Amino acid sequence: MATVTYDKASRIYPGSERPAVNELNLEIGDVEFLVLVGPSGCGKSTSLRMLAGLEDVDRGRILINEKDVTHLPPKSRDIAMVFQNYALYPHMTVYENMAFALKLRKTPKSEIDRAVKEAAALLQLEEYLSRKPKALSGGQRQRVAMGRAIVRQPQVFLMDEPLSNLDAKLRVQTRSQIASLQAKLGVTTVYVTHDQVEAMTMGHRVAVMLDGVLQQVDTPRALYDTPGNVFVAGFMGSPAMNIKTVPLNETGAHFGALNIPLTREQVAAAREGGDGKVTVGFRPEAADVVGESADALPIVVDLVEDLGSDANVYGHADLPGGSERFVVRTERRNMPHMGETVYIRPQTTALHVFNAGSGIRI
Amino acid sequence: MTTAAPLTTTPVSKAETKKLSAAATAKAKLSSPWASLAAVVLAVIWTIPTFGLLITSFRTTEDIRRTGWWTTFTNPLFTLDNYKAVLDPEQAGANLPDSFLNSLVMTIPSVLIPLCLASLAAYAFAWMNFPGKNFLFIAIFALQIVPLQVTLLPLLQLFVSWDIDGTFWTVWLSHSTFALPLAIYLLHNFIKEVPSSLIEAARIDGAGHVSIFFRVLLPLLTPALAAFGIFQFLWVWNDLLVSLTFAGSPAISPLTVQLSNLTGTRGTAWYLLSAGAFVSIIVPVTVFLLLQRYFVRGLLAGSVKG
Repeated sequence: MATVTYDKASRIYPGSERPAVNELNLEIGDVEFLVLVGPSGCGKSTSLRMLAGLEDVDRGRILINEKDVTHLPPKSRDIAMVFQNYALYPHMTVYENMAFALKLRKTPKSEIDRAVKEAAALLQLEEYLSRKPKALSGGQRQRVAMGRAIVRQPQVFLMDEPLSNLDAKLRVQTRSQIASLQAKLGVTTVYVTHDQVEAMTMGHRVAVMLDGVLQQVDTPRALYDTPGNVFVAGFMGSPAMNIKTVPLNETGAHFGALNIPLTREQVAAAREGGDGKVTVGFRPEAADVVGESADALPIVVDLVEDLGSDANVYGHADLPGGSERFVVRTERRNMPHMGETVYIRPQTTALHVFNAGSGIRI
Repeated sequence: MTTAAPLTTTPVSKAETKKLSAAATAKAKLSSPWASLAAVVLAVIWTIPTFGLLITSFRTTEDIRRTGWWTTFTNPLFTLDNYKAVLDPEQAGANLPDSFLNSLVMTIPSVLIPLCLASLAAYAFAWMNFPGKNFLFIAIFALQIVPLQVTLLPLLQLFVSWDIDGTFWTVWLSHSTFALPLAIYLLHNFIKEVPSSLIEAARIDGAGHVSIFFRVLLPLLTPALAAFGIFQFLWVWNDLLVSLTFAGSPAISPLTVQLSNLTGTRGTAWYLLSAGAFVSIIVPVTVFLLLQRYFVRGLLAGSVKG
């Protein structure tokens, strides 16, 4: 039962001008699974480590359950953390690894035994309890690291890219396990990842960061459907959204011959600081492949990715500003060949329009 | 949770098998009969002097004075007289049994004191933040430049003014201080190699510096401690210069001083030297055999990935 609050928390590494985390404001609700996501170096791990107490908070405050923990050492914060590289104690058995924190707290032996056995049963580690970490596989080590966190029954779980060292198949499997485990245990969780698929599938809410600044916090669906700025639009979703900055006129945006109609309000908002241009994005699945037509965008196919269920078509179009790359998703039976020219038309209902100057959603 | 077991039962990854096969080819190349023969020849040549010394120690005084040890093969005549003489204070003119004890009393604290202090200091330098840390570390590192010989006289004066000259303290203190810079530096590098996430995990688990040091780091440090322990033990055990300067008086002088007296000051009993040397060798060999099992590689295996 815990909430977490970042209150204008900043971290400035010594000798660096730019803050690694800049005035982060974030409210994490009780039992919430919040995912921090962003490209490497965006400050997501630093934010997590500030919450853990492993990193100083230079400005602002961090609260756990309304209690100011900004300057408390990690052990007084009642948190548990799963590290990217697991960080198991190599000289201890699985049992001792999981019991370590409780032993330090001088928990009675019988209670430690019960807690460890319980967590081991939950994670299917019972038969490995007497093994050392080096005799375990990557997935098992990852589960031991989880077990070490669970045993403590902390207020908050912190996870720092816990899946990035697993192979692709195991990662998908463990992803759902962690999500269901979190739901079962009902512990507030902050999860850091650079993988937007993990973020979309696991988080109740997702916080997107860039250059130490929080860009947007919302549910995965809202982030996908209404990204707040150009960066979030391009970051969430795979393949990435087609985002182009094109000339603007009274009625819409010019993709060469194709005119994408915009509402009067959108045009007005795009004008401000837009320098006669507008940034328009559409997702690969939000474009139709049509027959040869004047109001469609002709694209020369460079590459076709057959995904089994459908296909991603990569190509380029010659626009007045130069050649631009596009990607659209097509049904498998409509798969074009390389070098072929296809005509695409973005669905006007699923357009994302941004101010070309500020990058903010209109 | 559904089980992940079927996927995860084999801990050997592809990379590891590749590494194994590379190691296997290297091993195959190295274990060719010619390489083995060369190794054996080298080992034999290397051992001959020690072997000769061993044989000499069992020969009679007459033989030692007149012929080389290799003549024993044609004219074998062995005796334990040398060992009896060496171990008998009356006969040898030097009290080897007592000095044997003195050597032990000198060496053990001279190993343990720097080990304890250096591992604590190394931890502080590696994982704690305090003002002047870098300056202090460089200062300690720089201390290694000072030659031991330069410090002998000032130290002796100091010990005299402290009124501890002629006691074991002089040797303990001087050997410890000579050893500390290198020990701190070596152990610091070793501790620094421990992944920082391991320390952080322990901190989050609620461990303070003391718990981290004793429960997490110390078990991982054993190879380094054993290595440095053996080095220091051999160095102190075989040291003549420091002992001669500070512990020259017969009451506290160690084996090395007494052995050099056999040939040096008296010059009459040099035939006992080989027997004395073998008495002196016993301890370092035992220590080495006891500690070498702590030279375990891969102690960190399984802790962190990558």
